[in-house]
Amino acid sequence: MRMKQAMKGHEPRSSSSCAACKLLKRKCTSNCIFAPYFRSDEPKKFAKVHKVFGASNVSKILVEVPEEQREDTVNSLAYEAEARLRDPVYGCIGAIALLQRKMVELQHDLAIARARLARYAVPAVSSSSPSVLMDENVGMVSFDDMPCCSGVNESFGQSSSELTQIQPMNDFGQFPYVF
Amino acid sequence: MSSFSRCAACKYLRRKCPQDCILAPYFPSSNPQRFVCVHKIFGASNVTKMLQQVPGHLRAEAAECISYEAIARVQDPVYGCVGIITQLQQQISQIHSEIMKTKGEMIAHHCAHSQHHPPPQPQGDPSWSISLHQQQQDYSQSDEHLLRKY
Repeated sequence: MRMKQAMKGHEPRSSSSCAACKLLKRKCTSNCIFAPYFRSDEPKKFAKVHKVFGASNVSKILVEVPEEQREDTVNSLAYEAEARLRDPVYGCIGAIALLQRKMVELQHDLAIARARLARYAVPAVSSSSPSVLMDENVGMVSFDDMPCCSGVNESFGQSSSELTQIQPMNDFGQFPYVF
Repeated sequence: MSSFSRCAACKYLRRKCPQDCILAPYFPSSNPQRFVCVHKIFGASNVTKMLQQVPGHLRAEAAECISYEAIARVQDPVYGCVGIITQLQQQISQIHSEIMKTKGEMIAHHCAHSQHHPPPQPQGDPSWSISLHQQQQDYSQSDEHLLRKY
């Protein structure tokens, strides 16, 4: 009995488990898919992701993406989960609506500014004529199948979906949390 | 709801669709793919809990947003709709830079214009010169407002 108790102190400590395995109360294996991204010192991160998506679904998503993109995947899932927990109705979509509304306002202001600038420009040299109100490089993200949300619907574009053509970005360092 | 008119969720889950199925109003059988995405990303159990936590009059919007997030995540497993947010932020930043650039050009032209076209001295018909001067001021004030906005 005393031997068993003494040996207990030499057993693998639960603190070596990742946050996911700790929450799920299971042994954290050496090839645990969660371990690299849900460290034991960040328990809330996995708790939120688990609550919204479920450990099984997160695992399936991670398995489907290349290993070098898993960290970004986890970070974006964590952001979405946080947004959904804070706003159970709109989640991330609320942020998208606000940003798109802001973009429309700024595009309008840019058009006005360019029209005013055109008044000053020499007609023969002008490169920003009043007819060119929108820069081709500054396109609008357009959405299809947007939620029919009374609170956000007016903010969404009605043109065809570009979801599949949006290029994902890798830098989350300068990505503020909008809530 | 009879087994012949199960909602998309209950059809996919191969279960009976009860009269008070919480998912039925938002996942009609006419759009099965939508629930497939939602189930893949969130899971039926989580979606049910999420909708239960939301007041009844907001459930339709919640279901729409959840569906949109799920579809975005299926199409972009790495970033999902967070990728859309990032892109929007970048576009806003780009537009803002364009506005600042245009502002700079407006200031430069405004100064040059003021130097080369000073306000005319009142001659003859005072109302004409005042009108022209007032027009210049109106332009200046509206441009100033636009310049000050950023």
